[in-house]
Amino acid sequence: MIAPNKDLAKPATFDVRVLRQAGPGRESKWERFRIPYEPNLNVISVLQKIARMAKTAAGEKTAPVAWDCNCLEEVCGACTMVINGRVRQSCSALVDRLLEEKPGEIELRPMSKFPVLRDLVVDRQRMFRALERVDAWVPVDDYLDRGPGPKESQEAQEGRYPLSECMTCGCCLEACPQYTKVELTREPGETDDAFEARRQAAHDGSFLGAQAISQAVLFNDHGTGKMLGDERMEALMGPGGVHACGNSQNCVAVCPKEIPLTTSIARAGRQVTVYSIKKFFDR
Amino acid sequence: MSEQRVLVVGGGLAGLACTMKLAELGVKVDLMSLAPVKRSHSACAQGGINSVNGLTRQQGDNEWKHFDDTVYGGDFLQHQPPVKEMTEWAPRIIDLMDRLGVPFNRTQEGFRDQRRFGGTLYKRTAFAGATTGQQLLYGLDEQVRRRKAEGLVSMYEGWDFLGPVVDDQGRCRGAVAQNLVTMQIRTFKADAVVVASGGCGLLYGRSTMSMACNGSAVSRCVQSGAKYGNGEFIQVHPTAIPGADKLRLMSESARGEGGRVWVPRTPQDSRAAADIPDDERYYFLEERYPEYGNLVPRDIATREIFDVCVNDGLSVESGKQCVYLDLTHIERSELDRKLGGILNIYEKFTGENPRDFPMKIFPAVHYSMGGMWADYVRTAEGGLDPGNPVNQQTHVPGLYAIGECDYHYHGGNRLGANSLLSCIFTGLFVAPGVKAGIESLGAGATDEQFDTLHQKTLAAKQAEHDALLKQAGDDGENPYEIHHLLGEEMTKAATVVRRNDQIEAALGVVNDLGERAKRCSLSDTDAWTNQNVVFTKSLRDMFPLAKALLKGALARDECRGAHFKPDFTMPGLTSEEPAERRRQAESWCDAFEEKNKKWLKSTIATFDDAGEPTISYEEVDTSLIPPRPRLYGLVGAEMIEEVWKERQAVKEAEPAAV
Ligand SMILES: Cc1cc2nc3c(=O)[nH]c(=O)nc-3n(C[C@H](O)[C@H](O)[C@H](O)COP(=O)(O)OP(=O)(O)OC[C@H]3O[C@@H](n4cnc5c(N)ncnc54)[C@H](O)[C@@H]3O)c2cc1C
Ligand code: SF4
Ligand code: SF4
Ligand code: FES
Repeated sequence: MIAPNKDLAKPATFDVRVLRQAGPGRESKWERFRIPYEPNLNVISVLQKIARMAKTAAGEKTAPVAWDCNCLEEVCGACTMVINGRVRQSCSALVDRLLEEKPGEIELRPMSKFPVLRDLVVDRQRMFRALERVDAWVPVDDYLDRGPGPKESQEAQEGRYPLSECMTCGCCLEACPQYTKVELTREPGETDDAFEARRQAAHDGSFLGAQAISQAVLFNDHGTGKMLGDERMEALMGPGGVHACGNSQNCVAVCPKEIPLTTSIARAGRQVTVYSIKKFFDR
Repeated sequence: MSEQRVLVVGGGLAGLACTMKLAELGVKVDLMSLAPVKRSHSACAQGGINSVNGLTRQQGDNEWKHFDDTVYGGDFLQHQPPVKEMTEWAPRIIDLMDRLGVPFNRTQEGFRDQRRFGGTLYKRTAFAGATTGQQLLYGLDEQVRRRKAEGLVSMYEGWDFLGPVVDDQGRCRGAVAQNLVTMQIRTFKADAVVVASGGCGLLYGRSTMSMACNGSAVSRCVQSGAKYGNGEFIQVHPTAIPGADKLRLMSESARGEGGRVWVPRTPQDSRAAADIPDDERYYFLEERYPEYGNLVPRDIATREIFDVCVNDGLSVESGKQCVYLDLTHIERSELDRKLGGILNIYEKFTGENPRDFPMKIFPAVHYSMGGMWADYVRTAEGGLDPGNPVNQQTHVPGLYAIGECDYHYHGGNRLGANSLLSCIFTGLFVAPGVKAGIESLGAGATDEQFDTLHQKTLAAKQAEHDALLKQAGDDGENPYEIHHLLGEEMTKAATVVRRNDQIEAALGVVNDLGERAKRCSLSDTDAWTNQNVVFTKSLRDMFPLAKALLKGALARDECRGAHFKPDFTMPGLTSEEPAERRRQAESWCDAFEEKNKKWLKSTIATFDDAGEPTISYEEVDTSLIPPRPRLYGLVGAEMIEEVWKERQAVKEAEPAAV
C-alpha cells in the first residue's frame, strides 16, 4: 500500500458531487457540496459534514444526503457506493487519496445494479436471497452439545477463511457485466406478500453472481456443509447459475476483501461438471 | 389461543443466537433490526472468544477459574450465578460454533488454536483470524437464514424499534416500530420481546462502536418501565486508532501475540521509532506490572496509557495523545498469519504499515458494561435454573434483555473475549425460558382483546412522528450539532478519569442539550427514507441514558473497574519497616472492607415519564466467591494479600453467622 502523498499541496476546500434521487422511480439529479479540507477525512466523514450543513455549494438549502453505513471499518458491508467511478466502501475511501486521483472533486453515485431507495441507499435484498438459493449454511442436527466440529487442517482453514470474510457488500456484482439490475414496481392493489413473492421469483431466475457462487464453494469445503453439496450443485446448474459467468474477472478486481472469486467460480464450474456427469450416469 | 410469536429486537450475536434457538424449539420468531443483521456491530469483534479448553485444563485450568477471573476482572460487581453458568457453558458454545462452520484457526494437528487475552494467565481464547466476531456472526446468521427458509423466522431488517407495547397488567405484548425506508409505523404482536440491541457508544460521539449502537432501543424500554443497571461502567479500550469519524479498535490480540507498548523516555523524541535504542524506551506496562506485562486487564492498561501521556507528558506526538504499540520485532509471516486482519485495518485507515512502523494508539470508549436490569433464578449449586422464564427478564414481564444491552456478566470491567461469549450464551440460554413463559400465558398477544392496546400505542407513536416532522424550520436546533456536543461533554467527564466537579458540570450541560434536542428542526421533512428523523429520535433517547450514566458516576465515590476517581483511590503501602508495613496492610484491608460495605452494589436507575433517572442500589450476590481486593500493580500487594487471606481464613473457620 502506498502512503498518501503528504507533499501534495492541500486545497482549502474541495467539492463533492452527489447523484441524488428522492425515491424509487423518481428522476435523479446531481447536487454539489463544498467541504472545508481537513487531513484524514474519509467519505463517511464528508457525508456527515454534509448532513450537518444541509446546504449545497451554491448555498441552497437541501435535505441531507441519505446513505448506508454501520461499522465504519470495512467489515459490515453496508456503505458500498460508486466513488469517482469505482465501486468501493465509502468508510475506507480516504479523501486524501481520492483527491490525488482527481484533484478538487469527489463524485458519489449509488450502485447501479440494485434499486435505489434514496440517494446513495440501495436495496440489496437480492444478495441475501442468493444465499438462500445456494443453501449457504451448515446443516447441523441441532444446537445441543455434541462436541466439536470436524477436525480441520491449517491448510483447509486457510482456504475457507478468506471466503468466509465476504461481507455481502455487492462490489463484485456492481462490477460484473453479467449481473443486471432487477427492479420491480408494485402493481396497483398488490399486497406486500404478493409483491414479495413476485420479487423473489424474479431474483431466483437471475444471475447468482460471484458472491453467492463463492459462498456455495465455502460450504462445500466444510466437513458437514458438504452434505448439502448436491442441492448446491442443482442451484449452481440452474437458471442464473455459474454458467452465466462470462469470466471477465471484474469481480475479483474490486472485492475489498480480496476474496479469490475467480478461483471460486472455476472451482464451482468444475464441481458442477463432475456433478452433472455423475448425475448422467446415475440416471 | 392463537399462534404464539416472539419478537427479537437486534440481530447481533445475542439476537441471532436467541432466534436460532427459539426456532429450533419450534417457536415462531420475528427478528427486527436497524441494519440487515449480517451488518450488525458484532461483526467488528476481532480478538476472540473465551472458554476453558482441553489444553488449558491440562495446565490446571477449569470452569471455576474462568468464573473467578471473570468476577475478579469485573471487580466483583456481578451477581455470580449467571457468570458461573456462562463459564460452564463456554466450552460447549465454542464447540457448537465450530460445528456451525466457524473457521477457527487451527494448530498443525488440526485442533482449534488458542491465544492469551488480557486478565488471564491461560490460553483460553479461540479465534478466527482477526475477525472472530464477523465469523461468529455469520455462523449464526447462516443458521437463522436456514430457519427463515424453513418458514420459522420472519425478518424485519431496516426497522427501528420505537418501544414495547405494555398492557394494563404491565406485561409486554409486543412492540411498535418504524420502517426506515417507507417510514411506516406499525405494531408487532408478540408474547415476549427479547431486546438484544447492543451497547450505547454513540453517547460519546465517537467510539469503537458501530453507528447502530446508539442505545435507542434500551432507552425506549427503560422509559416504558424497565430499569437500567450499572450505567456508569463504560469500558475504555486501551488501544484504538484515533480517526475523524470513528475511533477504530486495535485489538488486544496485538498485545496477546507479543505486541509491546512503549514511549520514548525523552518526551516527544524526534527520532524515528526504530532509531531509538532499547534503553531509551520506556516499556511502562512491563516495568509497572512485571507479572502481566503488556497483558494487564483493560482498565489498568487504559489508565496507564492515559497517565503516561497526560501526567508524565510522554506522548509520542506533541499535538496528539498516543503511545507506540510495537509489533515490528515479530516475524512478518507470523504477523500476517495471526494478525493480518487487524494490521490491514491500521494500514487501510492510516496509510502506514504496522509491520514496519510501530502503531500509534490511544484509549477509546469501547463497551457498555451497564445495561437493562435483568433477573435470574438461582439453583442451589449457584448456577441458573435452566428453562425458567424469569432468567434475563427485565422489570417488565415478557420483556427480556440479552447481550451487551443487559447489565449482567461483566461487572465493573469486562475481560477481553468474554463479551462474545456472554452474547451467544444469553441468546441460547434464554430461549427455553422464553418458550416456557409464553406457553404459560392465559391469552396470546394476537388475541382480539389486545387489538385496541396495539392501536392506541400505534396512534401515539404516529402522532409523535408527525409532530417531529412539523417542527421543521430554519431557527430550530441541528440534531447532528447537538450530538457532537453531547459526545464531547461525555468524553471529557466520564471516560478514563472522573472528577465530581466535572461530572456535575457535565450534568448541567447535558440537561441543557437535552432541552435543546427537544427543539430540533429537521432539514429533511420527507416521508420517505428520512434518516434525519430517525437520527433525531435516537438522539433524544440518548439523554435519559447519558443522565443515568453521569448520575451513577457522580454518586459512586470509589474506584471500581473502569470507574476511576482519583479522589477516592486507595494508595499502596509506604513503609518499608515490616511491622509498620503490616499495620498499614491491616488498615488498608479495613478500609477496603468499609468501602465494599458501601459500594459493592449495583447502581439501578429508574426513569420517570420525562426520562429523568433516579438512582438506587441493589445488593450483589457474591455468595460463591468472596470479594477480594484487585491488587494489580499496587505497592505492597503481597503484604495486603497475605493479611487478606488470613482474615478470610479466620472468617471461614467461624461458624456461619445467621
Ligand atoms: C471493535 C470492537 C471489537 C470487539 N472485539 C471483541 C472481542 O474480540 N471479543 C469479545 O468478546 N468482544 C469484543 N467486542 C465486544 C462485542 O463485539 C460486543 O459486545 C458484541 O458484539 C455485542 O453484541 P450484541 O449482540 O449484544 O449487539 P450488536 O452486535 O451490537 O447488535 C445490536 C443489534 O441491535 C440492532 N438495534 C440497535 N438498536 C435498534 C433499534 N432501535 N431498533 C432495531 N434494532 C436495533 C442493531 O441493528 C443490531 O442488529 C468488541 C467490540 C468492538 C467495538
Ligand atoms: S468473472 Fe464472472 S462473476 Fe466475475 S465479473 Fe466476470 S462475469 Fe461477473
Ligand atoms: S465477494 Fe467481495 S465484493 Fe463480493 S460481496 Fe463479498 S466482499 Fe463484497
Ligand atoms: S460502514 Fe461497514 S463497510 Fe463501511
